[in-house]
Amino acid sequence: MPNPTTRPGALSRIMRSVVMACAAIGSAMAVEDGWTNPVLDKFPTAAVNTTGLATGDHWVTVGQLHSVTGTMAISETGSVEAERLAIKQINDMGGILGRKIKIIQEDGASDWPTFAEKAKKLLIKDKVGTVFGCWTSASRKAVLPIFEKENGMLYYPTFYEGLEASKNVIYTGQEATQQILWGLDWANKEKGAKTFFLIGSDYIWPRTSNKIARIHIEKHLKDCKVVGEEYYPLGHTNFNSLINKVKLAKPDVIYSVVVGGSNVSWYKQLKAAGITGASLAAKKQLLLTISTTEDEVRGIGGENVEGFFACMKYFQSLPNENNLKFVAAFNEMYKDKYAGKAVVGDVTQAAYLGPWLWKATVEKAGSFDIDKIAAASPDVEFTGAPEGYVKIHKNHHLWSKARIGEMMLDGQFKVLAESPELIEPNPFPEGYK
Amino acid sequence: MTAKIALALLLAASAGYSWDEIKGVMIMQGFAGLSLFSIFLLMALGLAIIFGQMKVINMAHGEFLTMGAYTTVFLSWLCESYAPGLLAWYFPVAMILAFFVAGSVGFLVEFAIIRHLYKRPLDTLLATWGLSMILQETFRQIAGARETSATMPEWLMGSLQPFEGVDIPINGIFLLGASLVLTVIVVINLYYTRSGLRVRATVMNRDMAGAVGINTRMTDRMTFALGCGIAGVAGAAFTTVGSISPSAGGLYIVDTFMVVVFGGAGSIIGTILAAFGIAQAQSVLEFFLSGVLAKVAVLLAVVFILMIRPQGLVVAKIRK
Repeated sequence: MPNPTTRPGALSRIMRSVVMACAAIGSAMAVEDGWTNPVLDKFPTAAVNTTGLATGDHWVTVGQLHSVTGTMAISETGSVEAERLAIKQINDMGGILGRKIKIIQEDGASDWPTFAEKAKKLLIKDKVGTVFGCWTSASRKAVLPIFEKENGMLYYPTFYEGLEASKNVIYTGQEATQQILWGLDWANKEKGAKTFFLIGSDYIWPRTSNKIARIHIEKHLKDCKVVGEEYYPLGHTNFNSLINKVKLAKPDVIYSVVVGGSNVSWYKQLKAAGITGASLAAKKQLLLTISTTEDEVRGIGGENVEGFFACMKYFQSLPNENNLKFVAAFNEMYKDKYAGKAVVGDVTQAAYLGPWLWKATVEKAGSFDIDKIAAASPDVEFTGAPEGYVKIHKNHHLWSKARIGEMMLDGQFKVLAESPELIEPNPFPEGYK
Repeated sequence: MTAKIALALLLAASAGYSWDEIKGVMIMQGFAGLSLFSIFLLMALGLAIIFGQMKVINMAHGEFLTMGAYTTVFLSWLCESYAPGLLAWYFPVAMILAFFVAGSVGFLVEFAIIRHLYKRPLDTLLATWGLSMILQETFRQIAGARETSATMPEWLMGSLQPFEGVDIPINGIFLLGASLVLTVIVVINLYYTRSGLRVRATVMNRDMAGAVGINTRMTDRMTFALGCGIAGVAGAAFTTVGSISPSAGGLYIVDTFMVVVFGGAGSIIGTILAAFGIAQAQSVLEFFLSGVLAKVAVLLAVVFILMIRPQGLVVAKIRK
């Protein structure tokens, strides 16, 4: 907007003194907050923040945008907690470029337009630049145009259907092919499975996942076929008819992409109908899921899922040193809430990666500017990841491994197999569309 | 229907299934329909009283159901923590407790909100919707946002195997039993007791009932509390098949209203018939079509039948 005043010089003088005053107050506050930047002369604010983000001499502000109320709060709480843990640990180590991290948290309230509105608030009013947030694909799709228009950076933690890559998003969860293909290969090679029954909740992620699974089974696995494919509405609680169909079809693999509260009904009714891990194993069948993590099992009850298999990139029981430290730190930070029995699932771990990857990227770029972060992201590594080593691909997804876990009575998973190499993320898989 | 089953059998036979398998699945499928029927019936009974008899559109009905479920979860947690020996038998106690918890909250709600709105039925819709949101947030604050489920006693889990290839879920049998017992209690209460007579009199003609000495305000309050209490029992029973979350009530409310309206508001027999019809149709269609298509087909059929017969399946005979 052109400046309507006839004395621009005077106004800009006033503006300048206002800005100076604000900056003075800001830096005074930073000192009052008890933190001064030890490396400020090396990374002056004018150099690391050229686009007017809410980043001062001593502090950098980030946004956090998850649902803490509404139906998705169940799933997103773990992500909120893991991101806060990572940020606390980074702050304890002295922050990023000498600046400690402040969080502005907003609640998406499980409502997609609210996510969009809050994203606007964080990027335009609060000028945070980087946001850790979202969980469902619907919420990500709602905020994506805003992140692209306002040039923000979103660290998105959930495994999802793929078919997306944005300069303004880093996807720390698996895209569909990373989670599906290797798991199907495992069922085929290790368990000799030939027939598959695909089951899912009725929305984009399960449908896309099963589409990829079907193509892989029919085209890439030898002599294998899909003997059924079924979808039920989200929140559906009655699976008896479906279970009868599965019994009649006698598939080697029941492939489940049932999500949310439906999971509890689905597994309880399977057990009530006499389908358990043991009864399937006796008939050389198995149930493989890509949608049930430790988080869900806590609500379902270990006795209902014992002996079923899941394909994820992370399980809480992974024995490596990074993970032991991570789980211990998580328990320590939230000891009042979980009394040392915190349950950490795949997405929670992926959310924990977000702040660390951001830190590594900012340090590599030497800047908080979003364009520089986006450009510096490819090949950024994080060796301290609980899941093991991860690296950002040039398509902004992560290279990561896939693993098979067997569900146990106590709600944990026993890791049975893992892919030998990091799997390349491929959000637009040729031949799987 | 018979033609369809015959066709399915032919298809199944040509697909290479043995007769035993088909017989087994048919028995299990029949039972699947029955257990869906008992779920619908349990959900709808409370509402049939509140909406059917009192004409109160109670949008918070699902939350009373959730309340009963949480009571059960709480009791199971209590048993697990302090008296693991009682875990096998806490469940019937939980159902009774759920009745009183949901019933007494219902009593208070009637006193605080509903009684001011009997002359403005559309406003009860708004008021109870607001109430449902308040209750959901309360559950979230107290019990946390995560899905939980109650620990089931051993005897409620697993399945009966009358013969090879047939598994009848025990929790399904339990649900069926619970819904039948509850229905009988409600029918006896409404049609064969003094208090039931008072309820029916008040519903038919409030002024006249008052004139002959019935305390209509107290009758209203007790009726509403009874309906809520029954929802609580239903909620407790549902913990055997499903999960509990603060917003779980919302999943049930649509189906519940559908059953009550389809059956003809005000008629218990109608509610039972509607629950049976919808459940069987949905269960059979789910088997032959798919989950989503079955739901669409059932909803279309209900809409179509209500267009021809707006008063529902069974009409209570009241002289206007």
